[in-house]
Amino acid sequence: MKVIIIGGGKVVYFLTKTFLSKECQVTIINNNKDDCEWFAKRLKTTVIYGDGSDQKSQEDAAAGGADCLIAMTPADEDNLIACQVADRIFGVPRILALVNNPENVEIFKKLGIKLALSTVEVVSKIIEEKIEFEEITNLIPLAEGKINVTEVELTYKSPVLGTPLKDIDFPKGALLACVIRKDTPIIPRGFTILEEGDKLVLITMPDEYEKVLRLLTGEK
Amino acid sequence: MYIVIIGCDRVGSLVANRLSNEGHNVVVIDNDEASFENLSSEFSGFRILGDAGEVEILTQAKIEEAEAVFVTTRKDNLNLMIAQVARNIFDVPCVVARLFDPKREEIFSTFGIKTISPTRMAVEEFFKEIKG
Repeated sequence: MKVIIIGGGKVVYFLTKTFLSKECQVTIINNNKDDCEWFAKRLKTTVIYGDGSDQKSQEDAAAGGADCLIAMTPADEDNLIACQVADRIFGVPRILALVNNPENVEIFKKLGIKLALSTVEVVSKIIEEKIEFEEITNLIPLAEGKINVTEVELTYKSPVLGTPLKDIDFPKGALLACVIRKDTPIIPRGFTILEEGDKLVLITMPDEYEKVLRLLTGEK
Repeated sequence: MYIVIIGCDRVGSLVANRLSNEGHNVVVIDNDEASFENLSSEFSGFRILGDAGEVEILTQAKIEEAEAVFVTTRKDNLNLMIAQVARNIFDVPCVVARLFDPKREEIFSTFGIKTISPTRMAVEEFFKEIKG
């Protein structure tokens, strides 16, 4: 996969390293000469010094043959224009914008950039939901937060230990997708009995999220 | 007419002063308070201090009621973004953006936004002069 990343800083550095380790080809576009040199010395990848929202820089980065473009500069307007240029001129199939102002997620979508994420929004959501329930070890909002995938570990306090699943009154908007017992995943059936230390992978609608967590953890 | 001017540097303030003189309702937005000093003492419109890249500031200016918006901050991409928000989200009938980089004009002419490039205009004027 060929990926173009527009931006700078540690996040771009680590993101590039992650992509490179997954056998992706990465090109970084950055408008600061010192940053470019910093990247070039540390990463075995192409670094282009230029304005990422400029057609010329994207051309230099071979945007026409790219599979994915990520715009993550500190200026949302630069991210928007970079994404629109990638979309309209080079037809890059997958375009992702990391916006700084959470309000711009909606704005970007209305202006044709379907995949816009706000780090602030994602992190605050995770923190909000995690603070309430200590047992949650993982949380991924999907479909713009319309559905959540959550991992919950059952402690001795859980009121559902020892009960077969079919006897637990699960809300309709929740599905227990998998039970991880001592690192072994089990696909749950009606007769499966939950034990202390089980990690449950849940798929839930946001409305039922708290209800199902209270049911499983016993927290009020 | 109700007109919103975004960016109160030389161009923005001259346009705002003239519109205000002609009796139009004008709102000027700029992120730099000092820029409002460019407005004439007769300017009778409103001044809003803030970043027009934030939708909240645009709503404060009642942009949805504007008949025309002129976007003339110092940043081309910001102008293009604000112009698109004004045109496509708030349905302002006439939106004009200033762009220093004439290359960007082509792309954005397809977006339903009128652009003015002082750079290109200067070049054309020069050639007009030497060809006499």
